[in-house]
Amino acid sequence: MKKLLTASVLTIAAACTAQAQQQGGRLDIVVQPEPPSLMLGLVNNGPTQLVAGDIYESLLRYDTDLNPQPSLAQSWEVSEDGLTYTFTLQEGVLWHDGESFTADDVVFSADVFLRETNPRLRVSLEYVDTITALDDHTVEFKLREPFGPFLGVFEAGTMPMVPKHIYEGTNYSENPANNTPIGTGPFKFEEWVKGSYIHLVKNEDYYLDGQPYLDEVYYRVVPDAASRAVAFENGEVDVLPGGSVENWDVPRLTEMEGVCSTGEGWEYFAPHALAWLNNREGPTASQEFRQAIMYAQDREFVRDVIWNGFGTVATGPISSKTNFYTDEVTQYDYDPEKARELIEASGYDGETVRILPLPYGETWQRWAEAMKQNLDEVGVNTEIVATDVAGWNQRLADWDFDIAYTYLYQYGDPALGVSRNYLASNIAKGSQWNNVEGYENPALDEKWAEAAVAVGADARQAIYTDIQKEIVEDVPVAWLLEIEFPTIYRCEIKDLVTTAIGVNDGLRDAYIEE
Amino acid sequence: MAILTLILGRLAKAVITLLAIVILNFFLIHAAPGDPAAVLAGETGAADEIYIQQLRERFGLDQPLHVQLGKYVWGVLHLDLGFSYRQQMPVLDLILDRLPATLLLTMTAFGVSLLLGVILGLAAAARVGKWTDSMITGMALLFYATPLYWVALMSVLLFSVQLEWLPAFGYETVGADYTGIQMVLDRLKHLVLPALTLGLFFMAVYLRMTRASLLEVSQMDFVKTARAKGLSENIIRRRHILRNALLPVVTLAGLQAGQLVGGAVLTETVFAWPGIGRLMFDSLAARDYNTLLGVFLVSAAMVIFFNIVTDIVYRLIDPRIGAGAAS
Repeated sequence: MKKLLTASVLTIAAACTAQAQQQGGRLDIVVQPEPPSLMLGLVNNGPTQLVAGDIYESLLRYDTDLNPQPSLAQSWEVSEDGLTYTFTLQEGVLWHDGESFTADDVVFSADVFLRETNPRLRVSLEYVDTITALDDHTVEFKLREPFGPFLGVFEAGTMPMVPKHIYEGTNYSENPANNTPIGTGPFKFEEWVKGSYIHLVKNEDYYLDGQPYLDEVYYRVVPDAASRAVAFENGEVDVLPGGSVENWDVPRLTEMEGVCSTGEGWEYFAPHALAWLNNREGPTASQEFRQAIMYAQDREFVRDVIWNGFGTVATGPISSKTNFYTDEVTQYDYDPEKARELIEASGYDGETVRILPLPYGETWQRWAEAMKQNLDEVGVNTEIVATDVAGWNQRLADWDFDIAYTYLYQYGDPALGVSRNYLASNIAKGSQWNNVEGYENPALDEKWAEAAVAVGADARQAIYTDIQKEIVEDVPVAWLLEIEFPTIYRCEIKDLVTTAIGVNDGLRDAYIEE
Repeated sequence: MAILTLILGRLAKAVITLLAIVILNFFLIHAAPGDPAAVLAGETGAADEIYIQQLRERFGLDQPLHVQLGKYVWGVLHLDLGFSYRQQMPVLDLILDRLPATLLLTMTAFGVSLLLGVILGLAAAARVGKWTDSMITGMALLFYATPLYWVALMSVLLFSVQLEWLPAFGYETVGADYTGIQMVLDRLKHLVLPALTLGLFFMAVYLRMTRASLLEVSQMDFVKTARAKGLSENIIRRRHILRNALLPVVTLAGLQAGQLVGGAVLTETVFAWPGIGRLMFDSLAARDYNTLLGVFLVSAAMVIFFNIVTDIVYRLIDPRIGAGAAS
């Protein structure tokens, strides 16, 4: 009886919101930098996903607590042994060119196209044995061994559905269709004036009745951060996705009348700022020295002043926003005295330590200066090395650094976005998204592997708690801040951010309230 | 006829110069740390070695440098500037796409600054020592000394945020789909702030140059001679003073004109103007070699072209220059 009641209350609530949603209107959103391409299956950087997330969809979406929600799959089942995942697809879904979306497209996308083009998905697909279309609307993924986070890889940026009838048998990267992307999403590609804007229009044949609500969306390319702030002030753009303006502009803009902001919509990525410490050579090769770096930094000051209060001081490798986090680890509070002792114990000889800031804007520059000051205070000679993005990439790929800032996405699960940074098997020169710091700990490597395939959340939590306790003692990297990128928008825009990847997830639910 | 010979000779030299520039730029760009594959891979947020290797192969970066250079030069000789992997377009299309916006902006700035600079310079020289002169030269000093980005920011704050008279950025009202006269007006409105920002500095330069040069030339012996001959003051001003005084201004204008393509990076960035300066800047950040080389090539060609034009203008203003060169 009680169950029935909640169900009917929910239905009424849903009906009420459905009535309130108004049709029509246009949104102008800042995108920066200009995406290289809108073909989400080939390019999946942030700007591409922001725009192409309206065009392409995947089987699932994730709510802000990271629970899977229906998208192109209306339901799914997992067998008890954790080896078989069966998805039932939505009926009546059409590609933007009018062809029907079927299970064959899913098989082609996951098993053929993305295996070749998406390095991040490729790693997860190692656990997959077969992908089969049981009928037009049913797809079955059979795994070799249970893979805990498997339900977490069906997000549009990781596994976008690409049309088989356009790409099969072609050279993917040179297919002319890349310039006129065809997806199943709520908005269709209309026009791209390079250097200026990308125009998307409502998909009239979208499979959800009455959706999307908006008529059109313009993604505006504005290269200068101050100009982006002015554009929002002027009313030329309605939405500033997280990270569009420098942090010190955020309070000024959010205090304007009729302006709202939210920190939600980043749970899936959970951007985790850290400093890679070179574990191979130099002063940072010493564990005591690395611990000293943790104690020497006033990370609360950084959060409050440099990040204007946005963010949470990180305690370890796993973000508190994602699954399997624990705070039962050594806490490195600001303690210069302790840092000095540890530096002495490490046998530091006054060698200059090179700090490589992240070349992504002023905030990061200031942050490196704060770290320099903190380290200078405890007797470490430091030097900030200036680079641009390309030079930064190169130095990291060549392991030519002592301390280097970065932030990494966690992708909803430690096995997808965290372990990659600490596994010895992931040490490889030439790429900057692996174990760049050169940390080797065979005992922990085994535990990471064990946690990835353990069945059941409790079992996984136990192993991850263990890992976090141990690794925080070692400090292979300096964990700094769980970054918060507030999305700033005009308050009359409703349901802009409803999932764990926020504005990136397409605007199928967004509407403008008069 | 003499002019034709001059042009042909200069064009022949230009081709050789351009080729040298292409080769030099090629090595300079490849000497910078960081390669496009690593940057593109970095942008994806996740990449393994296979992926970066795939990208390198696609870009042809796995081949020896001299092979890459040979391929590039061969392409350029056939008017094929290569493919931009960052922008996923042939470089030539990309440049032709962006060039009109830049030319509109820089030529407007150029025209306005030259015209205003010379007129104001003339006015100041005519009333030398009076308050009009002080006012004009004072203003020139201000524009001369103020950094470009500050002028840009302040003009946006004043005219677009406070007064709301002019748009803050872009080159048209996006999505308005204006046609005819409305479109022209809309574009003009968008053009005002960036063109002023870009033009004010050079206006000040022309103004000071014109004024100083006029004053200097009017003291020279040949002007005194002309006066002694009893020529009318009007003829002396036009034929003797102005002609000679304008030569240094033409030299400077030639220099500025050469920068019409590549020189507007900052203005284009602040005003989100979809031109070639920004393209160059973005390409540099992404180590998009082909696009960078393409933009450099077009800019260099422009500089050479305007040098030739300047030489011709010189000869028109002062025929003695041509005579000297011929002998």
